[in-house]
Amino acid sequence: MEFLNTFINGLSVGGVYAMIALGYTMVYGIAKMLNFAHGDIIMVGAYMIVLFLPINPIVAIIAAIVLCALLGIFIEKIAYKPLRGASPLAVLITAIGVSYLLQSLAQAIAGPTTYHPNPLEKLFPKFMGEPTYGIIKIGAFQIKLSTLITLICVALVMIGLTLFVKKTKIGRAMVAVSEDKGAAQLMGINVNNIIMITFAIGSSLAALASVLTTFESASVETTMGSLPGIKAFTAAVIGGIGSIPGAMIGGIILGLVECFAQAFPRIAPYTVAIEFSLLIIVLLVKPTGILGKKRREKV
Amino acid sequence: MASTEKKANTINPQKTSKKHKREDIVSEYVLETRNLGITFGGLKAVQDVNLKIKKNQIYGLIGPNGAGKTTVFNLLTGVYQPTTGAFYLNGKDLTGLRQDKINHKGIARTFQNIRLFNNMTVVRNVMVGLQNQPEYKCSLFESIFLLPRHFKVEKKMRARAKEILKIFGLEDERNNFACNLPYGKQRKLEIARALATNPKLLLLDEPAAGMNPNETEDLVNTIKYIRDNFDMTILLIEHDMKFVSGLCDEITVLNFGTVLTEGNTKEALNNPDVIKAYIGG
Repeated sequence: MEFLNTFINGLSVGGVYAMIALGYTMVYGIAKMLNFAHGDIIMVGAYMIVLFLPINPIVAIIAAIVLCALLGIFIEKIAYKPLRGASPLAVLITAIGVSYLLQSLAQAIAGPTTYHPNPLEKLFPKFMGEPTYGIIKIGAFQIKLSTLITLICVALVMIGLTLFVKKTKIGRAMVAVSEDKGAAQLMGINVNNIIMITFAIGSSLAALASVLTTFESASVETTMGSLPGIKAFTAAVIGGIGSIPGAMIGGIILGLVECFAQAFPRIAPYTVAIEFSLLIIVLLVKPTGILGKKRREKV
Repeated sequence: MASTEKKANTINPQKTSKKHKREDIVSEYVLETRNLGITFGGLKAVQDVNLKIKKNQIYGLIGPNGAGKTTVFNLLTGVYQPTTGAFYLNGKDLTGLRQDKINHKGIARTFQNIRLFNNMTVVRNVMVGLQNQPEYKCSLFESIFLLPRHFKVEKKMRARAKEILKIFGLEDERNNFACNLPYGKQRKLEIARALATNPKLLLLDEPAAGMNPNETEDLVNTIKYIRDNFDMTILLIEHDMKFVSGLCDEITVLNFGTVLTEGNTKEALNNPDVIKAYIGG
């Protein structure tokens, strides 16, 4: 039973990583850039929850997602779009700059206070309080409500995104742009719009991830996006950056490794080290990541 | 010269220094270019190209390697912004428009080195070409929530894609990945994809390159079929002189970025300057 609980926790933690990793991998696949400001979108999303929670938890969740999507579009427009076609290094440095800018702005506006908003407590005040404390028990098996919601959300996002990419016109255009931006544009696809939509989707997924972390009473502070951001990036690389199923698999593997490592008191302190070692091992064995495709150089 | 053209292909399109003011003209030609030219740094890659292509014509653009033929295609499709001159499609000035806009206005192309969407199936490659057509419009909302209209449009698109593939004898390959097709079929699929964008003018960049004589003959027939059945005007770059003289009634010969001669194919090919440019000496 211990094993099952750890496994389920791993799935939910990994699912959140996967959700963030999807943003990294989609932006990389389509705009061919590493958006290191992606982690900080999580932070902005969490602050939006802090800001809007007094009004209504549902409003707060929707506001966080919508405003983060708009923020993603805005950042792309003013910071990355002018650099379209510039060297990848220039774009990378810009992304790191945007990341620090977001953190500093948050520090300047919100101050150093750490918040602990929990929309879930407001949504289900009875269930989250005594005597259940938000834990669903079925026999010996128990699962936290927040974990259950996370698992459901992650599953829905994964299915929805896969369908979106496979079935819709925009999804098809996205695949085409990621394969060959120039050719796609010459076939009449508005690449700017596709990149904009990609940033919007990536950022709203990051916001959803921040909503799910606040369900677990995470501390909301200006640097809260850094570690999940880096871990999700690791997950994206493990799965094969640019690949959507790769990001899902990478995220879940990383979450499982994290939770199982923490389950053993002796190796628990080394959890983060184990996670990043996993990246090194995967890259040694398969440099393109698990589902990454080898790119043939065009001659 | 050849290496400069390659290099020019990889750098970013240069912004026109002075903004070109678009002005439509009255033109009896499908494509008319006026003093079209581009400079990369100090290098005049193409200058003073004046093409006049009539409706339903199959027009050839030839010249030795590095003459600037592909650069002309890049200018006509908006990959590069011309530094001088302008070009008109049925009298409409398209100079300086973005690539996708030019495609919507009616110019589609294929590439010298095949650029298919390799990890997509054959039919999806064609559907990428189709999906920006107004008749296959479907809003983002309908698309995201997979409403009935979305499926109707998709079904219509798939049927149309199949029709186009049939012309090229590719309908049995429609569920294969593009990268798994043999070379000749990949070239055909590129034409099919370009055709799917419903252009008025089709630019073919060395369509017969690497094909065996049988495939080439087949291609000649296909190109004629497209002209007749799609009411198409075609501008093509080709090195195979037999192919060119078999298809094109008029050609323009480029050398070092300038027009060496133009006009009737037979006369142009027998022009001593053209022979000299090809053979050297």
